[in-house]
Amino acid sequence: MDRLKVKFIDRTFKNPVVVASGTYGYGKDYLDYYDPSLLGGICSKGITLHQKSGNKGIRICETPSGLLNSIGLENPGVSKFIDAYLKEMSAIDTVKIINVGGNTIDEYIKAMELLNDCELGLIELNISCPNVKEGGMAFGIKADSAAEVTSKVKKVSRHKIMVKLSPNAENIIDIAKACEDSGADALSLVNTFQAMAIDIVKKESVFENMYAGLSGPAIKPIALRMVNQVYKNVSIPIMGMGGITTWQDAVEFIMAGSSCIQIGTANFIDPMTPIKVIEGLKDYCLGNNIENISDLVGVI
Amino acid sequence: MAKVKDNVHVHDNIYLLSVEYNGICKMGQFFMLRCWELDPLLSRPISIFDYEDGELKFLYQVVGKGTEKLSRLVKGDEITLHGPYGNGFPYLEKCEITLAGGGIGIAPLFYAGRELNRINPNRKLNIFLGFREKSPLIDVFKEQFQNVIVDIGGVITDEIIYKKESVIYTCGPEVMMQKICEEGMNSGATVYASVEKRMACGVGACLGCTCKTVNGNKRTCKDGPVFLGDEIIYG
Repeated sequence: MDRLKVKFIDRTFKNPVVVASGTYGYGKDYLDYYDPSLLGGICSKGITLHQKSGNKGIRICETPSGLLNSIGLENPGVSKFIDAYLKEMSAIDTVKIINVGGNTIDEYIKAMELLNDCELGLIELNISCPNVKEGGMAFGIKADSAAEVTSKVKKVSRHKIMVKLSPNAENIIDIAKACEDSGADALSLVNTFQAMAIDIVKKESVFENMYAGLSGPAIKPIALRMVNQVYKNVSIPIMGMGGITTWQDAVEFIMAGSSCIQIGTANFIDPMTPIKVIEGLKDYCLGNNIENISDLVGVI
Repeated sequence: MAKVKDNVHVHDNIYLLSVEYNGICKMGQFFMLRCWELDPLLSRPISIFDYEDGELKFLYQVVGKGTEKLSRLVKGDEITLHGPYGNGFPYLEKCEITLAGGGIGIAPLFYAGRELNRINPNRKLNIFLGFREKSPLIDVFKEQFQNVIVDIGGVITDEIIYKKESVIYTCGPEVMMQKICEEGMNSGATVYASVEKRMACGVGACLGCTCKTVNGNKRTCKDGPVFLGDEIIYG
């Protein structure tokens, strides 16, 4: 199993397979299928300072090879998360990554202050959610606003910060560099692509929030290209994601420059996907005489 | 993977799929079904129509790409089942229970009726079914149960007797269930409504199928699909 052990910032992951925020609740929902301690890491559902009840109306809609979602960051708020869910998550022997979103910089900072009292693996700073009306992705579109929120969060948080980038950014390389220059310890990319679907009978958007976020195999080639571009322009580690469904997809993302990878939508297709990817990576390393999966990072 | 035993065209766009299964499941629960690779991306949540002697049955309506693919299954084919998921209807000792269904929503009520009779053979079941047009499923229910009242093309909810001591299990179109829940609240009857929503994960992780309730948002797949009628906020 050591062939899959990876170092990410200063954390050791037993393997590079992490489950993505918003697809895995707070770590307990797939217990009937496997022990989540087998995973390299778990990203929590996005947490905000205040409780959010999420978006109204239809929240999911399938597209060819893709999934549109408009959940709207439904979550209990950071204090209740700490009391009700973090302890449960802590019992899982894996790296716990807490995804934190916000409408304002002040909200991010207050959430970080509350999380400073907690033991956790790292923070995934969500500046890329396309499904909330204010803030959210707005911080992840322009390099200067991404830099501002990153540097302010870095000042108050005692935890390592991995900034989750939006593929909707004006320029993914500029924004990645701006986050690195502002002190980000790592980057994860990509969040969902802003997209839409129209109900042609009602003559209106399927989603009450008008636009939604596209994930799944449909976005994989674009996500892969973005990971590779970012890898070539920053020196902090990258957690790549975007439509990873098989172990072969995971190898591609690793070769493109991801030290770890995240599996999101594929959890819905087959709950065993992360375990199958771990097994596939292990066999691939054994079969190709690769001592450690990290040797493949960024070989392209 | 499970093996298909049969997949019968019942009428119109309704099919009855039978698969080999030897696990446990409760009335009102559902499985996520798929017999394809990635198109469509998600599995389809289908409730249990019946389960006996290693044979699990799903009554489903072809409404899109997924159910259309299900309808093409033939005996001997393999199908992926994830589940059973959800809380299901409660196994109540109470003797008299009303089942009220409309359209394809009648599906979980068949197994509910059979299970309720199994745990208490002396029970009195009152079954109300609403259909848009005449259906062979009416006979399927009438052969199995005694008090089956059917309405074709009308409003089944007007025929139900709502009393304080009534217990009603319902599944069907939202407008029908909303009416039953309202009548239940007005009369003091206890209503258990099986809610239908688009679903992605089926295990409570994605929050794609949230149902608005007086106790906050609930996950239809995990906390439901059966909710108390006076808990659900419609509209």
